[in-house]
Formats: sequence, C-alpha cells, structure tokens
Amino acid sequence: MAQHINIPSHLQTLEDESIYIIREVAAQFQKPVLLFSGGKDSITMARLAQKAFYPAKIPFPFLHIDTGHNFPETIEFRDQLVAELGVELIVRYVQDSIDQKKVQEETGKHASRNALQTVTLLDAIEEFGFDACMGGARRDEEKSRAKERIFSVRDDFGQWDAKKQRPELFNIFNGKIHFGENVRAFPISNWTEEDVWTYINQEGIGLPTIYFAHNRKLVKRDGAFLAWSEYLNIVDTDEIVETIVRFRTVGDMTCTAAFVSEASAIEDIMYENKSSKSSERGARIDDKRSEAALEQRKKGGYF
Amino acid sequence: MDLLRINTAGSVDDGKSTLIGRFLNDSHALTIEQEELIARKTKEKGLEDLDFSVITDGLIAEREQGITIDVAHIYFSTADRKFIIADSPGHVEYTRNMVTGASNSEVSIILIDARKGLLEQTHRHYFISSLLRLNTVVFCINKMDLVDFSEDVFLNIATEINKMTAQFTHKPDIYVLPISSLKGDNVVTQSNNTPWYTGDTLSGILHTIKPHVADTDDFRFDVQQVLHVQNKEFTDYRSYAGRIISGQVNVGDTITVLPSGLSSEVIEIRKFTDTPASAQAGESIQIRLKNDIDTSRGMMLIKHINEALLSKDIKATVVWMDEKQATPSGKYLLQAGTRTAVCKLQSIDAVIPPENPEAIHEASMLKLNDIAKVQLKTAAPVFLDSFKNNRLNGSFILVDTQTNNTVAVGFAE
Repeated sequence: MAQHINIPSHLQTLEDESIYIIREVAAQFQKPVLLFSGGKDSITMARLAQKAFYPAKIPFPFLHIDTGHNFPETIEFRDQLVAELGVELIVRYVQDSIDQKKVQEETGKHASRNALQTVTLLDAIEEFGFDACMGGARRDEEKSRAKERIFSVRDDFGQWDAKKQRPELFNIFNGKIHFGENVRAFPISNWTEEDVWTYINQEGIGLPTIYFAHNRKLVKRDGAFLAWSEYLNIVDTDEIVETIVRFRTVGDMTCTAAFVSEASAIEDIMYENKSSKSSERGARIDDKRSEAALEQRKKGGYF
Repeated sequence: MDLLRINTAGSVDDGKSTLIGRFLNDSHALTIEQEELIARKTKEKGLEDLDFSVITDGLIAEREQGITIDVAHIYFSTADRKFIIADSPGHVEYTRNMVTGASNSEVSIILIDARKGLLEQTHRHYFISSLLRLNTVVFCINKMDLVDFSEDVFLNIATEINKMTAQFTHKPDIYVLPISSLKGDNVVTQSNNTPWYTGDTLSGILHTIKPHVADTDDFRFDVQQVLHVQNKEFTDYRSYAGRIISGQVNVGDTITVLPSGLSSEVIEIRKFTDTPASAQAGESIQIRLKNDIDTSRGMMLIKHINEALLSKDIKATVVWMDEKQATPSGKYLLQAGTRTAVCKLQSIDAVIPPENPEAIHEASMLKLNDIAKVQLKTAAPVFLDSFKNNRLNGSFILVDTQTNNTVAVGFAE
C-alpha cells in the first residue's frame, strides 16, 4: 500500500477531476466550445479552463446564447471576463431566431425565452460545426441531470436519449461520435452548489453584482420576487415593490426569482444558503412548470 | 473535509431508495423542495410511511414504471464528510449500469431483505464489487421490522454472507448490520430494537471508512496534451499536461517516455501559476522535461521501465455492455485513460456467471451483461498494469468502431 502524504481536500479532488475532463474535451474534439451564460457555474468553468491550460491560452471559444432578457450586469461582467482571459466570444441571439420565425415568442403572464434558446443553440452548433459543447451543469441541480453522463452524446437533432447512454467508467471518456452528432460535456458534474460557492470564495473569483445584496425594483408574483423589467408581462395581481435582494442563481430576468437578503459577502451568502435548506433550483420558475420540465427540454436539445 | 464515493444497487422493492432517503432525512440533508415532494407523493399514493423513492428516480420512464433504469448520482454532506452515491438498478439486464456505478466508488452498500435472504442479485452485486476490487462492502439486512428484529434471522443471513465471500480471493472490508430503512433503525440512529447488535450504524460506518489511497507507488502519467507557449514571459515553453494516475513525481526525477523508452529529467511541475516540487496521484499537472524528446498524447511517463507495460497481448476479464454480441476475431478500439489502440478479440476463454462463479463455462460469443475471461491483441502497446495492482491503470474500455458505443469494460490480468 502506498503511503499517502496528504489526502487532498475534496475541492482539490474535484478541481483535478474537472481539469482532466476539460483537457480531454480539448484533446478529443476538433471544435469544442464552452457554453457561457455569465452565471456563477459558467464563471467557475472559465476559471477551471484557465487553470487547465495556463500559461497557454484557453484553446476554445466561449458561446453565449443571448435571450435578450439577460440581466445587464451579467453582460457587462461577461465582456470584462473574456477580455481579461483573451478568449473569443461568440454571441447568438434568440431575437434572431424569433425574427427568422424559427421560434415563436411565448405570451401571457409566464412568458419566457428560456425554452426558445434551444433552437438558437442548435443553429449555432451547426453554423460553427461545434462537435463538443462544455457546460457548467451539475448533477445535484435537478433529478434528470443526476442521471446524465459527463460526456453526453446528442444526435443530429441535439436530442438526449436517457435510455441509450454510454457506460462511463473510471477515468475513461469515450468521445467518439459520428459526423453531425455532438457531445455535451459537463466537467463540473460532481460539484454541488456549496462546492461552487466555496471554490469561488477560495479562489477569489469575481461575480456579477446581482449575486450580492442590492436595492432593486421588483415584481411580487405568487409569493416570489422577480426583477422588474420591460420584458416581464405585468398582470393585475402583480405588485411592484422595491427592496434589498440578491440572486442565488441567474437565468433570464423573466424566470429567476430573487431572495430578500442583505448578504453582501460570499461567506454570508454561503451561510444563508445553508440555513435556508432550499435548493437553488427553487428559484428557477422555468423548472417548476412540471416535475419533468427539464428532462423534456433536454430531450429536445436544451443543454 | 474528505470525499467518499459509494454505490448502491438493487430494485425498487429492496428498499434501496428508501434507505437513501432515510439516510438523507435523518442526516438533515434533504432540501425543502425534496421534503415537499416526498410529502406530496406520499399523500398522492396514499402511503403510511414516507415515499423516499421520488428522490432517486429521476427519469419520466422510471417514475412511470416504478423502476430504476440508470445510475443516479446523489450528493450530500455532513459536518465531517462529503458523499457521492451512485445509485444503480439491480436487475440482471442492468449489470452494465451497476458496473458503471461501481467503477468510481470505494464502497458498495448491498441491501438484503431480511425475509428473503441472499438472492441472485446479491451474489451478482457482490461479485461485481469484488471484480472491481472495492475496499469496503456494507451488507444492510433491511426490513428487520418485518421479522420482529430477530437475531436468529440476522445471524443466519450473516452466515450465508460469510459463505459467499469466502469464495473470492479479493476480500474487501466487510460489515453486516441489521436495519430498517422504513423505520430508521441503525441507519443514522442506533436502534433500541436490536440490543443484541453492538456494531455501528450505517452512518457511523460510512464516516469511519478511510477514503481510497492509491494502490501503488509506481508512477504512471498519461499525456493528455502538449502545451506550447511563446510569449514575453514564457519563451519556448513546452509542457505535458495530464493527471497522475498513480505514484508521485518530483522535480529532478528521471522519467522514461513510453513507448520510445527515452529518458529525461523533470525540470518543472506546474499547477496554474504554482510550480510545486512534487505532485502525487490524482493531481492534474503539467510536467516539463530537460530534453526535447518526442512526446504526445497517448504516450505515458513512468519512472522505472517495466517490460510488461509494452505487451500487446492482454489477458483480461471483461463485462460485455452492448446488445450487439461479440465473437472471436472481432475488432474494437481499446481505450485506457487517454491511450487508444485497435485491438482484436483473440479468444473467449470462459464465461463466469456472477450469481454462481463456480459454474464457469465455455462460450463462443459474448452477450449483453456477460462477464468473461478473454484474450486481446492490440496493434500497439497501451501500457496497462494488472488491475489487481493498479485499478486506474489496469482498466480499459472497448469501443465499437461502427457505432462508436462503449461495448465493454475490461480488467487486465
């Protein structure tokens, strides 16, 4: 039995594993891309990619599918980060897919562009010929994600077949695909929300300001606080308020709920998250549509 | 805080999901959303005790059919430890999923229904745990509440377990304990119903097991990529990026590159902006060598030359994982870590039924979920160690070159 000098902390183990996966994607595929949303998970992915190749530059571009309903703070942060890292940023707009009549804008109180992103994403994959898309999805986020492989093969139409997943064993990742297929790779599959926050804190990684307590104009709807924006269809029962909140997870302005909180340091945020006992996905209104909402979107090509 | 990876296997009626749910519940690790879901589903189904299965069955088909189809990963932590549970189905048609779940685990939890004793799938699960050389196997004799917490029932089953495990040469640390996952006995809290049981609770055991230490001191490093940098700060920078499979490396060590056999000295180890003097198994690093020797992806860095690593004839035990059958002389792509080589299935020497390893028999082809001893010939060396000496460098997969599917996992002899 080998002598162990010191067992690395679990976070070190997770970082080593993620860097290994990111390098595998870069080595096994012709045209990989990192899907970047400007949220904390993709910011963590950007940091891991930087660490995987430094002093070399990150050898793949970032792709942002812009729904047009993003928080302006996120976009500002995104542009700053890609400039610092010196990576190429590709942006494709859901608005273009709407204008091309490929998708139809949802109507009514719960209208959101979240599901529409899939079409724009699949078009971008085809346009650039991306054969691997890395995402910051984690298995602890949601039940169908818990079932997904780290290398998840999608067919020509971007679809996920949960019953036909390749066995994934030890440290061996099979990235062989046919022309037209692509792989969605999830290097931080084994991280939890708490791991991500701990890592951000430990590494001193910057985040968009919306993650910290700030004063904001909000729409109170069905007991949840949504950021007020011109994209939200306001109905009679909605109440407009202004208070101090933060966001725990960041999607579109139309489908991400805010937490009333004064936490402005990462330690405070972590403490609050832990004591709330609630999962971050609870703030994603798009997932609450039905128990199988995310699995169904994933089958259709959503990442 | 350290990380412990566990696998469980079994069908729904074993109470496996209930055990996981109970464990999370009594460890105060469920989220409010999960608690609400459990309460709602329990009410919908009109059950007396809480229905925890809704936590683990993630796919629509699984909920509709009430079965576990694929490995689900469950994450939680207590004050001292982080756990990842790979929860896999137990039926014979899902042997491949069970192997998948076990491949990244250190501990197996095997559930036994106290009323039924050892079943075919108990034998299968233990066989796989032993084949994959897991360090620890915990047998939970479940549903003790339905046999009035009888010590005799428990002891009879424990005797059967001893008989089963005695057949194997690889002997993990074994624990046997009486539980009721429905009622919570000995899961997280010590039961008052089993005064005759003096051992630890499941939670206690999972907190005392030592996380995996590397199998061997032999240095093995797969080259994932070669990195080149040419700028003001780094002139003519050339490094080999990869993750140390086993052993340790220090600046100043002499290393040998396989397959060429050429040697050079390590002049730098890099982790982002740090340049540590040494690094060990599990770490993702970059290595720089004194001399420019031909090194690229698919090559391996080692310290002491070992002729066996260069062999192209591989004896192995494989688990066949594809609907398409295998026949001798079939050609596949063998992948081990980041290394690949075309290979031929030379012969199928014997098929081992996991439920009854003594009934080993000959076969002319391999079907889905068959476990067999085979011989392979590779077109180029793939630098495999024996699985019993080095788990990570002794395992490989076979890829079908037509479908690109992973069709088998192998463990080199």
